[in-house]
Amino acid sequence: MNIVVCVKQTPDTAATVTVEDGKISWGDAPLVLNPWDEFAVEEALRLKEAHGGEVTAISLGPEDAKEALKQSLAMGCENAILVSDPSFAGLDSLQVSKVLAAAIEKVGEVDLVFFGRSSVDTDSGITGSQVARRLGWPALSLVAVINSLDPESKRLEVERMLDETRQQVAASFPAVISVVKEINEPRYPSFMGIRKASKAEIPIWSAAELGLEGDLESALTWPDVYAIPKVETECEFIEGETPEEIAAKLVDRLIEEKVV
Amino acid sequence: MTNKVLVYVDHFKGEALPASWEAIGAARKIAESLGSGVTAVIIGQDVQPLATQAIEYGADDAVVAENPALADFRPEPYADVLSKAAAEADVLLLPTSGRTRELAAMVAVDLETGMAPDVIEIEVDGGLVLATRPIYAGKLLSKVVIKERKPQILTTRSRAFPKPEPDASRSGEITNLEFEVGDVPTEVLGYKEAAGGVSLTDAAVIVSGGRGVSNNPSLTPPDEITDEKDQEIWRAQQGFGLVGDLVGVLNAAMGASRAAVDAGYIPYANQVGQTGKVVSPDLYIANGISGAIQHLAGMRTSKTIVAVNKDPEAPIFRLARFGVVGDLFDVVPALTAAFKERLGK
Ligand SMILES: Cc1cc2nc3c(=O)[nH]c(=O)nc-3n(C[C@H](O)[C@H](O)[C@H](O)COP(=O)(O)OP(=O)(O)OC[C@H]3O[C@@H](n4cnc5c(N)ncnc54)[C@H](O)[C@@H]3O)c2cc1C
Repeated sequence: MNIVVCVKQTPDTAATVTVEDGKISWGDAPLVLNPWDEFAVEEALRLKEAHGGEVTAISLGPEDAKEALKQSLAMGCENAILVSDPSFAGLDSLQVSKVLAAAIEKVGEVDLVFFGRSSVDTDSGITGSQVARRLGWPALSLVAVINSLDPESKRLEVERMLDETRQQVAASFPAVISVVKEINEPRYPSFMGIRKASKAEIPIWSAAELGLEGDLESALTWPDVYAIPKVETECEFIEGETPEEIAAKLVDRLIEEKVV
Repeated sequence: MTNKVLVYVDHFKGEALPASWEAIGAARKIAESLGSGVTAVIIGQDVQPLATQAIEYGADDAVVAENPALADFRPEPYADVLSKAAAEADVLLLPTSGRTRELAAMVAVDLETGMAPDVIEIEVDGGLVLATRPIYAGKLLSKVVIKERKPQILTTRSRAFPKPEPDASRSGEITNLEFEVGDVPTEVLGYKEAAGGVSLTDAAVIVSGGRGVSNNPSLTPPDEITDEKDQEIWRAQQGFGLVGDLVGVLNAAMGASRAAVDAGYIPYANQVGQTGKVVSPDLYIANGISGAIQHLAGMRTSKTIVAVNKDPEAPIFRLARFGVVGDLFDVVPALTAAFKERLGK
């Protein structure tokens, strides 16, 4: 099977994120493989291990955005490709999906494309669906388990997370799958994997190589970004001799403040 | 169809998400600024009643697309229909759900336009919608504008916009959309576990439990449970039992921290936080939850937060409006009793 997994480099989720002069900054916090994408890489690797084939990690980002790809290689992906061009800076998902779809077509003969459910920076969770739409492939989003997959008939059955319940869906490859954390437990990169990744030469595909020169204009603009206004809530501690007394006081206060 | 502002009514098997009506409320404001009306779009099978409801909640008219192939939600055929319905619109609003995020994303590709998911505020400026959405797990807010493309597609976060009062005397035209369903690339085989209880994202009150719900050494598990992990889960079940009683009196939804989910105390569906559900109820009661930044990411916009924790230094108290320093095994049952008495249940 020929599997692609699209990954993004993001700041660590524990980073303190601030805005200075309209620019988002995360101090010296490390850049990592988007935590949601770890599940996508893991699932791609498991399918490869079960059915043979190879996994290619693709990331769109600036030239120095190789951390996510290195981590993907260290986990066990065979190939990594950085899709990078000055004209790709600051694109919205409408255009990012166009670039990624072009990259997937350039890889060629792809059976499955994996995405994480969203990236922890923009929290949008739409790129995978847009890539599927552009490729005209079935979108299997928010997948919590792949129940069956047959490389011969190219058919797979999955369970998708809806807000209310899980929906069981069948489709044929090629297909685009986004995964949620329930699907697996991502592995840690092995020592050998880390060594291999640190030496890897990662090819860069530019706009010209993807035939996308002068073709990209974001639909979105972001006129402002700011930290959430700090609400200094003064916590009112409710005290008393017994739990019953405390509970009665707390309920009184909640009723006074019209909370209930 | 003449109205320039469209609202997609999201539903699960014919039952509308309450956030659909909130989106209609938000759409009305936009429509007033644009001097237009609001059209509700309903896609599915046997969904006519939703059109009437949408009009009661404030839509001026409704377009219904029904077909047996649309009985189950699948993004591809739904997007085909919605792209057709929205091709001439200025603004398309959808309530945020797993379904609509994907649906809106696909329509944006079809119509080569922009889409902003999960917005919490909307203004209109010179005919353009200026939306606000949280990014970086709610640590930052970003303004976003969709320029020079139409429709401007936005999904509105549950409970971020007030739900209009339904008015049964309202009336409006309901038309059926003409369309054909092409080949659908997926087949729905069925549904797993039935949904139960109050949905977290729609809940006005949420009572949550964390790792602390298993921490009651004085509880002795039955003799047949010998494994240490099983004993811990048994203790957690007692703790969540108490939390559940409080959920019951308050007609609330049950939430949990990731630590509680990962430890196997409660299903992932209950997890609140960065990698769980994002909620903003009127009242959030956190029991035995420390208040890690990833948990706060899912509940910091709650109107009033109450924290019950043994540790007076727990970070959750920095966000809480009311705090009780104490053992949840004492405090939670006392709270249940006090609410029962005061709310007359
Ligand atoms: C990438 C990533 C994503 C994450 N996503 C999420 C997420 O979506 N949601 C989430 O919740 N977490 C998430 N986490 C985990 C988060 O960092 C914390 O580990 C988790 O929230 C801790 O859960 P807790 O507060 O229940 O447990 P703890 O931090 O262990 O806190 C337990 C609390 O219970 C109190 N306590 C103990 N016994 C009692 C008692 N008997 N009575 C009263 N109080 C008691 C203790 O004082 C303590 O404050 C994420 C972490 C990472 C790295």
